[in-house]
Amino acid sequence: MINFADLTIASAREGLDQKKFTTSELAQYYLNQIAEKNPEINAYLEVYEDVLSQAEAAQKLIDQNKAKALTGIPLVLKDNIMIRGRINSAGSKILEKYICPYTSTAAQKILDQQAVILGRANMDEFAMGSSTENSAYGVTKNPRDPKRVSGGSSGGSAAAVAMNGALAALGSDTGGSIRQPASLCGVVGLKPTYGSVSRHGLMAMASSLDVIGPITKTVADAEILFKVISGQDSLDSTSVSLEKKNLETLSVKKIGVPQNFLQKGIDEDVLQEFQANLTKFKKAGYEIVEIDLPNLDYSLAVYYILMPAEVSSNMARYDGIKFGSRLEGEDLISGYFSTRGHFLGSEVKRRIMLGTYVLSAGYADQYYKKAWQIRNLIKNDFEKVFEKVDLIAMPTTPSPAFKIGEKSKDPLKMYLEDIFTISANLAGLPAISIPAGSVIREEKTLPIGLQLIAPAQEEQKLFKIGKEFETIV
Amino acid sequence: MDKIGIKKLAELSRLKLSETEIDEYQEKISDILKYIDSLKEATAGKMDLVMGNLENRNVLREDQNPHEGGIYSDDLLAASPDRKDNFVKVKKIL
Repeated sequence: MINFADLTIASAREGLDQKKFTTSELAQYYLNQIAEKNPEINAYLEVYEDVLSQAEAAQKLIDQNKAKALTGIPLVLKDNIMIRGRINSAGSKILEKYICPYTSTAAQKILDQQAVILGRANMDEFAMGSSTENSAYGVTKNPRDPKRVSGGSSGGSAAAVAMNGALAALGSDTGGSIRQPASLCGVVGLKPTYGSVSRHGLMAMASSLDVIGPITKTVADAEILFKVISGQDSLDSTSVSLEKKNLETLSVKKIGVPQNFLQKGIDEDVLQEFQANLTKFKKAGYEIVEIDLPNLDYSLAVYYILMPAEVSSNMARYDGIKFGSRLEGEDLISGYFSTRGHFLGSEVKRRIMLGTYVLSAGYADQYYKKAWQIRNLIKNDFEKVFEKVDLIAMPTTPSPAFKIGEKSKDPLKMYLEDIFTISANLAGLPAISIPAGSVIREEKTLPIGLQLIAPAQEEQKLFKIGKEFETIV
Repeated sequence: MDKIGIKKLAELSRLKLSETEIDEYQEKISDILKYIDSLKEATAGKMDLVMGNLENRNVLREDQNPHEGGIYSDDLLAASPDRKDNFVKVKKIL
């Protein structure tokens, strides 16, 4: 008897191809898990009605020996990754009934392999948040301790995988939105190199930072999903093709750690666990090198200028005219005000105003331009460090999963959740969060993640060392 | 930032806010601005980098192989909150 709970994408592929079970049996297992767990966890906003017919179509391909990596694999997509004809709400009331008119490139690549899409996953509204508490459809609870948040903004995706409600998921990461929930839920999350996965059909938050990536149970699964969804796309002019690098010749010996940066505001147990993991790396033959990224201290401030600036521009399209909900005003312009005021959530409105402020006449130089300059310095810092080390290691988050409501009244406290993840977005670098031990809080074992950052387009290094780390942790 | 500043910002942002929201945003946005002001101390001496990235360039593609006309029209129009025939309906402008 196969234990479906232990499956990975890789082992499910084997099981399906060797006819140990069918795609329908596999899909039905996940539907049962979702029916049992989702009422409490709220990872799914919608479970699709055609899951079993998708599975049957996949089975036909397998029976004809035409299966690809994801054929028949049950996945869940974040609620901002579009599939034509399905609803995407981006966790917002303004798009509650929005039916996607086209399909995102990332989803299309998965659909082309006849993966089984189980449904859409909860998220902070328009991906703005670190806990899914900003979702208009309720918080996603952490499967490890339902009193706590699942993280965010891809909290639904991470919780779905962690509660065994999907074999893997897609999320999006603008400042940590894949890695942070992956860390808090005890699963793997990859934020790929900026541009390596097309943003076409991903609802935009901050376009110079956004990227789609996988949330999975293992590093090997993240690699499988990444290989399918990545690639240059003529529909996203910022997309890049990955240089073909030979894994055999990849050598990783030195891992850099910005020790000074890590000491501030971090949970003591998390730091201790992180240092213990460095020792494990040393024992496995890696050299741990202390590095200095002098402008890293500014990364959060830079992010909270550039991101809202881009948000304020990207959110301008939600005016109740061409799509989404509308609340009529006395005239056309008052309709904009009432629609946006009524249907957008508190955090989204805050970021729109913040972005409007930093871009307004007289402030754009002081804030926006300066932030861009420091962003370039941060990018330079990384480039210099990567001349000396092969990878950089940091904790993914400063603390384990926090309690629902603990930080929602204090945006700055919430923003600090992303202190270790933001720099990879600012520099466009690939970074992965891998389960790396746990801490005990109120008798609950809470997972924490280890983050590895690689030079641009060198995801292969993350996969190689990530897989090795899974065996030594 | 004072209350008038928040109201001005909401106006520029096309957002109708309640009085409670204005009070809340006044406090929270001021806190965030204080935090991002830490950038002011970032050393200007190292500001030898121009804005944006030197590698930035336009990526263009040939305008070719258009999809068949009209295949998305119905879906797009259906997404509008108010529609009349093949038009999106809005309040009169003039």
